[in-house]
Amino acid sequence: MKLPPHEQTQSLWILVASPTIWAVHFLACYTTAAVWCAKMAETGGDLGAARWAIGVYTAAALIGIAIVGWRGFVRQSFEQVPPPFDADTIEDRVRFLEYAALLLSILSAIATIFVALAAVFIGTCD
Amino acid sequence: MRKEPGDPEPLEEAPSLEVQRQQEARLIEAWKTPTGWRYWSAVNNSEVGLWYTLTAFCFFLFGGVLALLMRIQLAAPDNDFLTADRYHQIFTMHGTVMMFLFAVPIFEAVSILLLPQMLGARDLPFPRLSAYGFWCYLIGGTFVCGSLFFDAAPKGGWFMYPPLTSSYQEGIGPDIWLLGLSFIEVASIAAAVELIVGVLKCRPPGMRINLIPLYAWYILVVGAMIIFAFPPLIAGDILLEVERAFDWPFFDPKRGGDPLLWQHLFWIFGHPEVYIVFLPSVALMAMMVPTFARTPIVGYGWVVLAAVGTGFLSFGLWVHHMFTTGLPGISIGIFSAASQAVAIPTGIQMFCFLATLLVGRVVRSVCLLFVLGGLATFIIGGLTGVMVAMAPFDFQAHDTFFVVGHLHYVLIGGTIFPIVGGVYYYYPLITAKYLSEKLGRIAFWLMIVGLNVTFLPMHWTGLLGLPRRVYTFSSELGVDHWNLISSIGSFILASGFVVFLYDVLRSKRNEPLIKRNPWQAGTLEWLAQIPDKPWGCRSIPEVDSRYPINDQPNFMRDVDEGRFYLPDAEEGFRETLVTSVIDAKPIQCLRVPGPTFITHLAAIFTGGVFILGTYHHWWLAGISSVLALAAILCWLWTGTAWIPEKEEKDISLGLTMPIYVSGPNAVGWWAMFITMLGDMTAYVSLLFGYFFYWTIHEDFPPEGITGPGVFWPVLGGVLLLASWGLTIAAQYQNRKDHAGKFYGCVIAAVLYAIAGSFALIMGPWQTGLDPTSHVYPAIVWVLVLWTVCHAGVGIIMLLYCAARRAAKKMTARYDADITNVTLYWHFMALTVALLVIVIAGFPFVS
Repeated sequence: MKLPPHEQTQSLWILVASPTIWAVHFLACYTTAAVWCAKMAETGGDLGAARWAIGVYTAAALIGIAIVGWRGFVRQSFEQVPPPFDADTIEDRVRFLEYAALLLSILSAIATIFVALAAVFIGTCD
Repeated sequence: MRKEPGDPEPLEEAPSLEVQRQQEARLIEAWKTPTGWRYWSAVNNSEVGLWYTLTAFCFFLFGGVLALLMRIQLAAPDNDFLTADRYHQIFTMHGTVMMFLFAVPIFEAVSILLLPQMLGARDLPFPRLSAYGFWCYLIGGTFVCGSLFFDAAPKGGWFMYPPLTSSYQEGIGPDIWLLGLSFIEVASIAAAVELIVGVLKCRPPGMRINLIPLYAWYILVVGAMIIFAFPPLIAGDILLEVERAFDWPFFDPKRGGDPLLWQHLFWIFGHPEVYIVFLPSVALMAMMVPTFARTPIVGYGWVVLAAVGTGFLSFGLWVHHMFTTGLPGISIGIFSAASQAVAIPTGIQMFCFLATLLVGRVVRSVCLLFVLGGLATFIIGGLTGVMVAMAPFDFQAHDTFFVVGHLHYVLIGGTIFPIVGGVYYYYPLITAKYLSEKLGRIAFWLMIVGLNVTFLPMHWTGLLGLPRRVYTFSSELGVDHWNLISSIGSFILASGFVVFLYDVLRSKRNEPLIKRNPWQAGTLEWLAQIPDKPWGCRSIPEVDSRYPINDQPNFMRDVDEGRFYLPDAEEGFRETLVTSVIDAKPIQCLRVPGPTFITHLAAIFTGGVFILGTYHHWWLAGISSVLALAAILCWLWTGTAWIPEKEEKDISLGLTMPIYVSGPNAVGWWAMFITMLGDMTAYVSLLFGYFFYWTIHEDFPPEGITGPGVFWPVLGGVLLLASWGLTIAAQYQNRKDHAGKFYGCVIAAVLYAIAGSFALIMGPWQTGLDPTSHVYPAIVWVLVLWTVCHAGVGIIMLLYCAARRAAKKMTARYDADITNVTLYWHFMALTVALLVIVIAGFPFVS
């Protein structure tokens, strides 16, 4: 199958897109909680709005990761060729990078949910 | 083996034998290793990589002896084999040597040695940078280790926590640690830059991103991790050393400082560091497992996922070393969650290796024994790691021997066993002789038994309450017998290494040379001839597969007969190919420099800056820094951006490639870009410190202290941004070949940069910010001085470009120098903008 021209050019950045979203989400959650607990809440105070903020970050991050992952899923699966994508062809290179991006998106989504769960189970700054 | 239509094929007819002989003679002449005393001027990856590896093993043995001394001391309660003070120095140096002088350097050493071979490259793109890094490492490592013999070694533990190391320890021990290791970290970053550019740009034609050896994937990830993990520690080192030397109170709570900032900066480095030393060993496993399973790796994509995923997640774990510092529960929860998540990619790669072994036809070997032993040991350490990643458990186990047991299972199983296996695997490649399978098996069983006898009991002693880093213990604790068992085990473990060492060093003069590619592996490093030639690869192949030796017909013959690229060195230069990042299309025939002693001078004088600084000989350190700068400029002037005698070169198979390239296609541009990413990371770490104080402390900024004002910082910022604009204009004018305008822009950029630096200093100076009075003025001064120093470097670079143009070493066509300097100034502009926003705009926001 011939790929459309725009798929012939790829960048390594697609691999790090989802993990970067995880990293930004992670830092946002950490700094929001840290600043909230140090500046806004009394000692042992309620996380309150910080929890909502983490919820919003998480939703945004998961949407971003889902977009990257879906794009990867669609592009790696054209013509239903299974891995290992080890031929010296543009198609296999495209499939490989998108497949790796898909796998990294799944991992990033799990890690993002893990981090967000901290705010589900912990409600105070104690 | 599918490939694109029109994919280049090797020459159908080999050149005549006479032509081949002439080609080989010219290649050998170009790549020959210097002899006699000049041998030490070699910069080729095969020499530098070998020295690097041997030096790293020497430091490993030194660290191992220190460990045995500790185990003798702890063999019995109330023992007086070592004094408390000596014991503190020894445990500090054991950790420091193993982490900074062995674990990271050995990865870089092995990669410098092997990566070019795996990529079919003649050398890495910056051989002199590798050599410089090695000599820095040797000088710095010897300096740090030597302190132990003068009773002057650091004794604050390998993570050097203040205030212990800032207010409670006299002597120069912490200074040796801070400055000596900063020096070595510079060398590590240099090697990381080299390796990243090597993987991205020096692959053989056709080796698309889906075909590169897994080793290269891991090195790419680990190199990137070093670029982002080491700079925060360098930033921390700067702050702690400035506190010790000049009394700027970054970690002194009485004056607004905070010791916890050090813990953050250290562990932002320290936890990724664990994976930085672990992943390269996984990379070695990824090379050995398919070879001995006689099948391609199962789940190549999944292994890449694991490498990249681990690289990212490992940056979200640092606070799990700080669970007992009183952080809010939510912060602990966030980091605990990330610590659990990292087990997923770590586990995936293990399953890929096991699956590969299951589907393959496994050939027994000592290499595989070490891989399997390493995997099993690592998994035990990983599981105890998941235990301590749970905060409530960590509260109990923190700072006990449980943690010592955990981390040694991880590091010995995850890092050292695969390295020993890797030595058995690659020793024949380097020396053309085998190591003994019999001795290898003996060494393995001694090591694995010794490891478990030593470290398993530590989990019990830890849970019974034995604290780490205390020089003795009382019988009342009830751990006497466990400690004695550990000590016995440590000598069993050490005897395993003695057997291994004997096997490596014993004379093999009477043993026959091995046959080529002894393990029947499929990757390019096994193209090496027996005995090996200095050229790396007889001709650089066109690659169509992940295991080209196995899959491409007549592959070795075609490489050997010069049927591929660059089979000759007609002009007598050392040359290798530069290719594109994704599809490895050839884009340049790169000429790399040969042997030199200038890198030694540069390393000696750079070392002088750090070593003399340790003793507060500031004037001498200043002179050494000027000499280091002179040596580096001389090296750049003579060894980089040569203008070639012709535009293009025929590299065979009907391709001609440019010899000189500038901009994003050039390896130098990439090196600058990656270095500056690391530089920005250090700067962002300092900014993190600023906001950390603001978040945690009510008195930041303190009442009664005005900030640096708005006028001077903004004026300085505008002038430096103008300098940036003029640098861009200078690049443009150079390309247009308007010499007068080019020089005008450079001179104006330099003057604006000087004026801007002056204005930036005037801010805190005019407002009387005293950096010893409180942490707020101290951190403002540090940020300003960081920026001004960078402006100074930018000025030197601009003047260098002007001189290059005047000397006709840079022209409108050959403009790599000014292109790279402009890239530096882009980062400079970002540095300046952030500085002005933070120190002028932020101080009194609350």
